Amino acid sequence: MASNNCERFEEEVLNYRFVIPLGLIALVAVLPVFVPWAKIVLTLAFAKGLAVLGIIVLLRAGQVSFGHALYFGVAAYASAFLGRQFAGGELISMLLVGLLVSGALSIVVGLFVVRYRGIFFGMLNLAFSMILYSVLEKFYHLTGGSDGMQVARPTVLGLSLERDNFEVLLFYGTVLAAISAGFAVHKFLRSPIGQIYQAIATNETRLEYLGVSARNTLLTGYVISAVLCGLGGSIMAVAQGIVTPEYTWWIRSGEFVFIAVLGGSGSVGGAFIGAITYELVRTYAAAFAADIWQMVLGFFLLGIILYASRGLYGLYDDLLKPLDLKLARSRGAGK
Amino acid sequence: MNIQLIALAFFDGVAYAALVFMVAVGLTLIFGVMRILNVAHGSFYAIGAYFTVSVGGAIFAAGYSHWLAFPLMMVTAALVGVVIGGPIERFLLKRIYAKEDVLQLLVTFAVFMIFEDVQRLIWGAQPYFDSSALTLMGNIEVLGISYTAYQLLFLPIVAVAVLIGLRLFLRKTLAGKLVQAVTEDREMATAIGIDADKVFLITFVIGAALAGFGGALASATTSVVPGMGADMIVLSFAVAATAGLGQVEGAAVAALLIGLGRSFAVYLMPELSVLVPYLIMLAVLLLRPEGLFGKQQLRKI
Amino acid sequence: MNFKKLLQLAVPLVFAATSAFAAEKPEKLHIGITAFLSGPAAVFGVPAKAAAEMMIEDINEAGGIGGVPLSATFIDEGAGGEALLAEYRRLVQDEGVDAMFASISSGNCNKIAPLADDLKILNIMWDCGTQRIFEENDYRYVFRTQSNATPEMLSAVLYLLKTKPDFKTIAVVNQDYSWGRDSWEIFSTALKTLKPDVEVVAEFFPKFGSPDFSTEISRLLALRPDVILSTSWGGDLDTFVRQASQRGLTNNSTLVLPLAESSLERLGDALPSGQIVGTRGDHYFLHPEKLSDPAFTGFVEEFKDATGSYPIYPVYHMSQALNAFKGAYEKAMEANGGEWPDKEQVVDAMTGLTFVGLGREVTIREDGQGVEDQLLGTTVNSDDYDFATLGQIMIFDGDQITTPVGKVSADWLKALNPDFIDAVNVDTFEQ
Repeated sequence: MASNNCERFEEEVLNYRFVIPLGLIALVAVLPVFVPWAKIVLTLAFAKGLAVLGIIVLLRAGQVSFGHALYFGVAAYASAFLGRQFAGGELISMLLVGLLVSGALSIVVGLFVVRYRGIFFGMLNLAFSMILYSVLEKFYHLTGGSDGMQVARPTVLGLSLERDNFEVLLFYGTVLAAISAGFAVHKFLRSPIGQIYQAIATNETRLEYLGVSARNTLLTGYVISAVLCGLGGSIMAVAQGIVTPEYTWWIRSGEFVFIAVLGGSGSVGGAFIGAITYELVRTYAAAFAADIWQMVLGFFLLGIILYASRGLYGLYDDLLKPLDLKLARSRGAGK
Repeated sequence: MNIQLIALAFFDGVAYAALVFMVAVGLTLIFGVMRILNVAHGSFYAIGAYFTVSVGGAIFAAGYSHWLAFPLMMVTAALVGVVIGGPIERFLLKRIYAKEDVLQLLVTFAVFMIFEDVQRLIWGAQPYFDSSALTLMGNIEVLGISYTAYQLLFLPIVAVAVLIGLRLFLRKTLAGKLVQAVTEDREMATAIGIDADKVFLITFVIGAALAGFGGALASATTSVVPGMGADMIVLSFAVAATAGLGQVEGAAVAALLIGLGRSFAVYLMPELSVLVPYLIMLAVLLLRPEGLFGKQQLRKI
Repeated sequence: MNFKKLLQLAVPLVFAATSAFAAEKPEKLHIGITAFLSGPAAVFGVPAKAAAEMMIEDINEAGGIGGVPLSATFIDEGAGGEALLAEYRRLVQDEGVDAMFASISSGNCNKIAPLADDLKILNIMWDCGTQRIFEENDYRYVFRTQSNATPEMLSAVLYLLKTKPDFKTIAVVNQDYSWGRDSWEIFSTALKTLKPDVEVVAEFFPKFGSPDFSTEISRLLALRPDVILSTSWGGDLDTFVRQASQRGLTNNSTLVLPLAESSLERLGDALPSGQIVGTRGDHYFLHPEKLSDPAFTGFVEEFKDATGSYPIYPVYHMSQALNAFKGAYEKAMEANGGEWPDKEQVVDAMTGLTFVGLGREVTIREDGQGVEDQLLGTTVNSDDYDFATLGQIMIFDGDQITTPVGKVSADWLKALNPDFIDAVNVDTFEQ
């Protein structure tokens, strides 16, 4: 019963493979207790990780968006406006409004961009994000222009918290959101619709002959990816206490793609591993090599692409391969 | 808007379009042949500008003629193409052609990041300026408004010359025909035995040289500052996408559209001028998904 | 009022009551300084960093602050918002710096001010200009050791009206970002109040970092405004001025350039005579009152030798921040009976502090805002330097032109009247 064997084998491997990431998550979760400043850095990293998760959904279909900072930014501004409207605002409603606005916008933009593939898909997304960027800078009476808008610390379920408590709460909330979003995306990519994405990437024409509308399928993923970026953007806005047009700048979109590849574009865990690594490298590079932090990141990225194109997660995977084999052998021997 | 203003806006638009075309045409070429969005193109542009200004400044300070500014621009272009573009293609890009699109895009993004710091380490953060070439040519009065001959005549003439030169190269020379063939249909071209490696190298060197040349030309009209490359990239992207993959003539038309659109916006609705390139791009792609001159790609089943 | 709040109020009172409370004297005083070391604004950050290093060395050679040497860590503002905030926190929470000097960008000052209050760290906003910070919020730990945009713009309006009282039309070409917008808002509000009959004929806000102003210049050549304002800086200002003078824009229009002091040397002979230049304070390497001061001229020489350029306004701003920091420690020590003060006592000492950097005396008001005099002049091209220098220098009294505590700039400016032009205290220097 090879298939049965196979399933059991997968279960085994998955089980112990889950232990290590869970251990890592636990480690990350207790880190702020020992390193107070790391709390906010990690919150930002997880917020970015959520956006990167969105990029990964599209990458699965072979599409690269160079403009997803659009949704990151639009949600951040939506949260900020809500906060300003209701003096301080409420965290939950601020996050929800971010999700709603980014989702609604992505349906409108998505209907247009899912007709395109490859470079043009990336470019059009870039154009839309640049339009929003310019608008945010131009309408400075509303948006505060390039200085952006302050986001006052919101209440959480009606409670006003001190900064420190608020940050702890935000950090654990973000970690939770990241885990659940990661799990949901993982499930989504394994669902039938997720499987279609692979087909869009490899041979869309064949898919059309089977009577599947690639556009509609892609639109679903596009909205999911935008909402994930939106959630990340709203969290970022609240964590930073300020939103600026830079949230929508093309370099930020590039950063998301960068992190996706760095972490391992094929994997959900990679989004967060990548984001945390990126944020730490960037912070320390800016601290200890202020003159060449961009160069450091650039070489880091080149190294990954040339020598480990499956990203950090791929490296981890390769490390475990021998273990897998051992396990398989021992099981085989036990038969 | 009276006839005088329309004329002025037209001149400004053409002058601007000439410069944008110079930068975008190289990107378009690379785009067409290699299917790579070369983010590092902005770095080539910036390095071309920095190199021209700093070397030019040194030459003129030593008392040599300011007319040397023009040959210097050609030298800069060649250097950027051969010394920077060539090795990047050979030792970096060549290794990733077989990999996913996203990795190809990111390689050039990484190169761009590295160059941002390299520029700063070499040239520092101070703006450079050297307008010898522009001053030499003097001014021209048009409709009572003083224009610099460099921007009003020289840049458009150079742009047209580059356009014609590229056309001749692509249509009349063997190397050019190979480039054209790979642009049209890469699989077929390699199937009939065209050495794609060589074509890629030639294309990338020419594309990088054109970016360097654009930077060299721009250096006479603008302050050369850190970060100048980043802004130019996005604009060039817009031109290339509007034109269609690898369409050199299309790049000229798209640059003109964007240049004129921007200058008329400055006259009529200054606040919209920033949005013009993106709005034009969206409008074109909405009507023609492959860009103005792009060809429908054959779908392979 | 809950128990926690009561405690928060009571604790400082208790400390205040136990007089001459002595803190442990540290090994060194550590400050974190944020500045642009990359990107376009590096034209300010790089000279300021060089100046900070030179001045800290000088302070340490002279025995430091109360016998304690200073050391500084620099953060690049060009690395982006997240990196800046993360680094800021790391320095405060991990490295335990004694104060932060942040920052050049007004956007970053907006980010950092609330954070500094939360982290209870003395933050000196050493260069940013936005007037909103203290007009919209109260901060205990945040101070600005130089003027803000309002006196900088108002003094430019006054100088213009004193030197060219009869002009009729004005146009503006500003960078399209908050500073460009805000500064025009202040300038135009003051101008409309003090000279209601002026007509604004064009408002251009080209993209920040725009490589080319040809189209705007063509338009201005056709419009022929009497005055053209540009609060741009760095490469943008250089490009604009060069393109404008090349095409003869300055033949019919006078340029008003409130930040051009930082571009004078780079512009060389491209900036024609007769244009109005501001200095964001009284920052000028040929400050008429300081030419006989060996400390001043010595520093200018030293800086020129070290960096190859004359000092520009961020260098003076850095000297003000450092001298304020030193002054606050000395003042707090004195109030503490000569004992080393704790951080809160130093913060208390900042309010009302008077200190001197490389210009006239500056005083910190109760809202944390520094009051600084403003120097402006008109360009002259002479044989002494191969770039334009300033003639017809006027120095305006900072007290009169700074928005009073508790007032909002826009409202205060609207309440002025045209008599103000003659009523304002000004020292004029004919050079």
